[in-house]
Order: sequence, then C-alpha cells, then structure tokens
Amino acid sequence: MSESAYREMWENLDLDLEAHDGLLEVLGKFYGDIFMSQQGRLSGAEYLDFVLSEVHGLRIKEIQDAKAEGKKIIGTFCVFVPEELTLAANAVQVGLCSGADAGKEQAEQLVPRNTCALIKSFIGFKLAKLCPFTESCDMIVGETTCDGKKKAYEAFGEHVDNLYVMEVPQRKDEADRKLWKSEVLRYKDALEKLTGVEITAERLKEGIRIVNEKRRALQRLNALRAAVPTPISGRDVLLVNQISFYDDPVRFTAKINELCDEIEGRIARKEGVVSEKTPRVMLAGCPMAVPNWKLPWLVESSGAVIVGEESCIGTRNSRDLVDESGQTVEEMLDAIADRYMNIDCACFTPNDERLDNVESMAKELNADGVIQYALMFCQPYTHEAIKVEKRLSGKDIPSLAIETDYSMEDAEQLKTRVEAFLEML
Amino acid sequence: MIAGIDIGSRSMELVLMRDNTVVEQRTLPTTFDPLRQLERLLEGVKPETCVATGYGRELVREAGLPCEVHTVTEIKAHAAGMHYLQPEARTVLDIGGQDTKAISITETGKVRKFEMNDRCAAGTGKFLEYTAGVFQIPVEDFGAYALRGDNPPVINSMCTVFAETEATSLMARGARPEDIALGLHMAIARRTMNMLRRVGLTSPVAFAGGVARNPCMAELLRRDLTREQGELLVPDAPEMTGALGAALLA
Ligand code: SF4
Ligand code: SF4
Repeated sequence: MSESAYREMWENLDLDLEAHDGLLEVLGKFYGDIFMSQQGRLSGAEYLDFVLSEVHGLRIKEIQDAKAEGKKIIGTFCVFVPEELTLAANAVQVGLCSGADAGKEQAEQLVPRNTCALIKSFIGFKLAKLCPFTESCDMIVGETTCDGKKKAYEAFGEHVDNLYVMEVPQRKDEADRKLWKSEVLRYKDALEKLTGVEITAERLKEGIRIVNEKRRALQRLNALRAAVPTPISGRDVLLVNQISFYDDPVRFTAKINELCDEIEGRIARKEGVVSEKTPRVMLAGCPMAVPNWKLPWLVESSGAVIVGEESCIGTRNSRDLVDESGQTVEEMLDAIADRYMNIDCACFTPNDERLDNVESMAKELNADGVIQYALMFCQPYTHEAIKVEKRLSGKDIPSLAIETDYSMEDAEQLKTRVEAFLEML
Repeated sequence: MIAGIDIGSRSMELVLMRDNTVVEQRTLPTTFDPLRQLERLLEGVKPETCVATGYGRELVREAGLPCEVHTVTEIKAHAAGMHYLQPEARTVLDIGGQDTKAISITETGKVRKFEMNDRCAAGTGKFLEYTAGVFQIPVEDFGAYALRGDNPPVINSMCTVFAETEATSLMARGARPEDIALGLHMAIARRTMNMLRRVGLTSPVAFAGGVARNPCMAELLRRDLTREQGELLVPDAPEMTGALGAALLA
C-alpha cells in the first residue's frame, strides 16, 4: 500500500499527522541503530524487521479491514486480559504499547508527576493523538493492578468512551479466585454484547488452542536460549515478545516456529550470535513495551548478551498454558481463570512464587547474573527488587537493580553501572 | 610504560607506571574541550598501553592515541587503585565531581558490591561546588570554612536547588554562615553513610576522589564511622585513585 493511502488512513483515525511523522522518524532511526547494526542476525529476524516497519502501516490496515468485516478490536495494557475469550468472540486483541515518552506534559496534567513512564505514555499517546491502535479500538480494557494504573484509568476514561476495567484481585486465596472467575465471566458477557458473537464451546476451544500455540512457540524460543553460546540476541527476543502483543497470533506463531527451526540448526552447528565467553545476563522486572529498547541495547553494547526476560513482555506472559482438557464452556472458563491466577505479577501479595521463578529461570538459562529492571516510581517492582536481590545473593547469583525511565539522560550512568556489573561476573 | 587515565566531569588524571611503580602523576581540569585537555595531559609521554576510566573513558578510546587503549569502569578502577594504596581497605568511597560511589571490595581488591547515586547530583562534588558558590567561597576552602561552625542547623534537602533555597532562607533568619556550611556538609555525610550501609559498610573505609580533600567531609565521616567502630582512611592523593587503578589493571 502506498504512503499516501497510509496517510489517508491515519487522517481518518484522527491522528496528529505532523507529530506522528516525527514519531515514525525517531522510531526508524532508533530501530536502525539498535537492531539493524547487529552482527550475525538470524534470517528469520526479517519477519521482525518487517512487522516493526509496518507497525503503523500494514498492521493498522489489516485491523481496519477486519473492522470493515465487522470484527471488533480490543486494546489492552496488561497480560491479565484473556485473549482466549477475545478470539472466541471473533475479535482482535492488541497490546497498547506505551514504551516511549510522548505527550508527557499533557499526561502530567492528568496524573501526578511521580507516575511510572508506562502509565504516562499510554495517556500521553492518547492525548497527543499518536497511536493508531488506540484510535482503532472498539473497547479498551484496563485492570485494577497497581495503584498507578487503577487511578490512571479514571483519568483516561474521561478521554475515551469505550474503557472497560477488569478487577484483578490482590491475593490468591479462594475468595480471590472466585472474584477473578466472576470477572472472567463478566468479560465474556461484555465481549458477547460488543461483538454479537456467542462464545460457544467450539469457539472457545479454538481460542484456547490458538493462544496456547502462541505461548508454546515463545516457550520453545526461550528454552533454546539456554544453549551456550546463545543463538539469538536479547534485543531480538524482546522484539519477538513485543510483537506477540500486536501481530496476528496465528501468523506470529508460524513465524516464531520458523525462527526456532533456524535456531536449532545454529545450535546443532554450535554457532552463536556471540562468542561462548560472552557474559550471559537475565533481565527481571517491569515490562518493556515497544519501543523501549534502552536497557537491552545498553547491556548488549557493553559486551554481554541477554538470555531471558522475566517480565510481562517476556516469560510472565508465556510461561503458563491453559489446560486444554475442558469440554464445556464452563470447564474452559475455569481453566482460563486458573491459568491467569498463576501470573506472578508484583501487584499480588504475597508473591513469593515470583522469587522461585526468577531463581529457577536464571539457573535454567545458565545466566551469569540478573539485572533487575524497574521503571522509576513503580512501587510493586521496586519493592520486590529488594526481595529478589536477597534471594539471588543467597544463591550466589550476582544481581544489579536498576531504576530508570524512557529518557536517555541517564544512559551514561547506566552504562557505567552495567559495565561495572559485567566486570564482576 | 603504562598510562592510567581517569576522565571525570571536572578533572582528568594521569598516572604513569613502570614495573608496578608510579613514575609520574598529572592532573588537569576537564573543561569544555576534554580532547584538547587530554592532549595536554599526555604531552611528552609515550606509553605502550593506556587504560582509560571515568565518565570520559570512551573519549580516550576514540582519541586515536598511538598506543593500545583499554577501558575499565571507575568502579573497578577505584577498587584496584585503593587496594594498592590501602591494602587493608574493605570499602571504597569515591566522591567525585558528579557521582558518589560506595564499593565493597574483597581482600584482593575485587568488587563485591557497589552503589552509585542516580542521575541527580545530590551529595556529590557538584553539590559542594554549587553551595560553596552561595557563600562566595572557593570550593577548595569550603571544608575548612565549615569546620568553623559549631551549631549546625539540620538541612533536609539533598536536592542541589532546594538546598540552596534552604541555606539562603537560614541566612535570612540570621543563622551563622559557618554553621549553615557545616549543616550542608552534615547532610552529605548522612547521605553518604546511607549509601555505605547499602553495600554492607565493612571497615576500614577508604575515601577517594577530589572531595576526600575536603577536611570537613573527612572529619564528619570519620566521626560517623568511629561511632560504629569503623575506621576511615584517606590516601595522600585521593583524586589519583581511579587513574592509578586503571594503570594497575593494564
Ligand atoms: S506487571 Fe502486572 S500489571 Fe503490569 S502488565 Fe504485568 S501483570 Fe499487568
Ligand atoms: S510499571 Fe509498575 S507502576 Fe507502572 S504500570 Fe506497571 S506495575 Fe504499575
């Protein structure tokens, strides 16, 4: 499709075209510096390059075409929104990325300044009219996770007319499971009402299968990274995880499996993307949404390689599957509710399973050290950083905790910290 | 001959070593033209290997020097340099122009754990420079001046800008400037002690970086450490520690 047709599409979505051009330009430059400059990349990464280059183009066109066929578009901010149900209602689910500073001044009029960059970003993107995904949504789903998001949805809701908020419990007791199950049901009803599609057992089974397949592909990719030397850069896998939130799930799954085939070949030939001696680092903590590539880039340009992301844009999203044995809608809804209650988000209390998960993941991936990543002002993850550090140091796994945001102001200092950490490994 | 070069935000240091012995040390202000200053720093010397550290370490690598250039972080360099100067040290404190670092080290001078201030200049040399300006005193004399105080007000702001406001309003209320200066130093000492505690605070603590020459900072930290049965060591040329460590790591 031609550039001018895209412009018309963006105009119809009421984007601020000038600011949007600026955004695409910065994004393109960033992408070139951070991704295209990599040595020994897999040929399967072409898919990633293509999808990213068309993130506001072809993918939005597909979404518009889907809408024209009567499909509904659901936007999300959190891995708690069950995509299985969304697909069963013949709708499309997209993650609304929030990984860049945009419209920050405007956002700070709606939320306090000491709010994490991710929240400011999703509000900023809306207010500055920069995100074609947000503008394409028929329903935007928020959730009651951290206080920052919970309150931000109140402000955000005044600027969109299709916000739906799911209640995510704070603990994992029986009462909480009941509450969550009822929220899953409520979401199902909301979807059916929005789409006019009845979520039948057959449709739901297919939704579960598609999303499980996507997660299996991601699990397969992550398991392959345990190889020494590691076959793929952390930057590329972060991109895979980011793309998993907005590309078509079936296409994505096929492409990632192809990528894994290529990686298996590489491993068989004992080839890596870096040398065997390169320090292996695992990241843990807050999600890194598109186009937040700052820390992986700093780490990998300091002579290390990232072998895992313990994060929502990482294994927290792919680790657990929905049990596929359910036959009735009721059984399947139970299986979905159970699967989502396993998510070890720092918004839960207590959340000790996350400590176990971080530890076992670091071991499985043969990581030499863990870098904990928290967005500034993120209460849940900065609290847990203290516990995670304690756990890891007790197991003799070196770790470094970093708090930062999307700006590049602190890049030099972060680089010094990261390099000093790598010198210790 | 090996050259260790430490390029900081305010000054740059050179340590030349032959057979593990220091043969020469030099220092120059960084200014706004660090490349030019680097040339001057290296005037007349021809090392075979250069090891650069500090926030401008990449600059040295890119300067096209006619010798091999490696880089190490200032964390590792300070640990190595201090281990050479004060082998008994188990914690290194470095307060430089724009960062403060607390480094816990092993008996062999390896980094065990470290902490750094984040992007803000609170509690660094910059903070002292800025607040000394409020008193119209050269920063070199600020410590001695503060030591003349005996009734320090508690200063809570660690933000450079707010601390200035707090100092000015204390002056307006008639507090003695020496006392206010002492209060400002105490605020930094408190913050520094907290950072030291975060890396475990194993004594002795050795103090590096330009701010170690400030007699008031050294005195306050010594007092705080003694209260916790600790000890403070200050080498003769504390600002050379990073460059020395870099040279040792060649
Ligand atoms: S960290 Fe928690 S709140 Fe954030 S996306 Fe993940 S599950 Fe949702
Ligand atoms: S990063 Fe932290 S503060 Fe920000 S939305 Fe996620 S949980 Fe909330």
